[in-house]
Amino acid sequence: MRFEDLKKLNEARATRKAVVTVTDLATGEAQVLVESGSVGAPLGEAVAKALRSGKAGAVDVEGQALFLNVYLPPPRIVVIGAVHISQALARLAPVAGYDLTIIDPRTAFATEERFEGVELVADWPEDVLKQHPLDAYTALAAVTHDPKIDDFPLSQALKSGCFYVGALGSRKTHAKRVERLMEMGHSEEEITRIAAPIGLDIGAATPAEIALSTLAQIVQAFRRRDLVTGR
Amino acid sequence: MTAPDMLDPLKTAETWKSDGREVAIATVVETWGSAPRQAGSHLVIDGEGNFEGSVSGGCVEGAVITEALDVIASGNAKMLEFGVADETAWRVGLSCGGRIQVFVERLG
Repeated sequence: MRFEDLKKLNEARATRKAVVTVTDLATGEAQVLVESGSVGAPLGEAVAKALRSGKAGAVDVEGQALFLNVYLPPPRIVVIGAVHISQALARLAPVAGYDLTIIDPRTAFATEERFEGVELVADWPEDVLKQHPLDAYTALAAVTHDPKIDDFPLSQALKSGCFYVGALGSRKTHAKRVERLMEMGHSEEEITRIAAPIGLDIGAATPAEIALSTLAQIVQAFRRRDLVTGR
Repeated sequence: MTAPDMLDPLKTAETWKSDGREVAIATVVETWGSAPRQAGSHLVIDGEGNFEGSVSGGCVEGAVITEALDVIASGNAKMLEFGVADETAWRVGLSCGGRIQVFVERLG
């Protein structure tokens, strides 16, 4: 691979663009295709398939042995609530390769000091999500257990097909939340997509352990998502 | 440098090359059976044998690094294969029983 191509690849990845590289295994010649929707046949079909599945692999195109590598934007975690759990999650997520944003309108919680180097927005989710909508490559974890802050983003996450939707709170808290979401027009079936209480059941007791169990649950949801429907 | 940068071998390769170091990139292109790293995974190596990333669970990296130094010296890309059926199985085979193909090229 040429150095110019590597720089192009890294730049595209840094800006959350999907990239496919095509390497001729006989010569080592490589091509870097950035969010390319217009690759001619017969290579185009293989490129489209790689982008859909996210899987790299060797392909034979008209007698040429090619290797297609795929670099999809890393999944993003949006955390509602700049709480103790979020502090731990903000440190764990980058290690696992997940981008992370924290939203909390309570400026006492959302401080630079508590979240050094983390993308933190001290504003209401209603306003932030208008600018940066949720999508299928986003996981939403609501951890304030304050309905005024959590309910709107949870509802948006269900509507936007986030690959993961989780909410902190006891079963009792969640039962009330379910009632409120139904009043907001969500069906029971939709609401069952919400992981609550949040996190895989590993007996997590501390904020850091709850963050770890939540991240594990997010990874599980991402790796097992249904690629066919795009979720 | 933040955590994800440290764990991103392709960014490391760019930094190394910018610093004037010779770099080889090893990529898993095919796997059969149980393989620890999926196709597309990278290991990057510099002329001194420093490396970042992985192509297996630590089973064959040593051999790939040795080959990478050859590739850096000659400039010719190589396809390597590792697995239980391989003659190198005792030394650097995959203990998990899988088989992998690794493409090693010099960053030009």
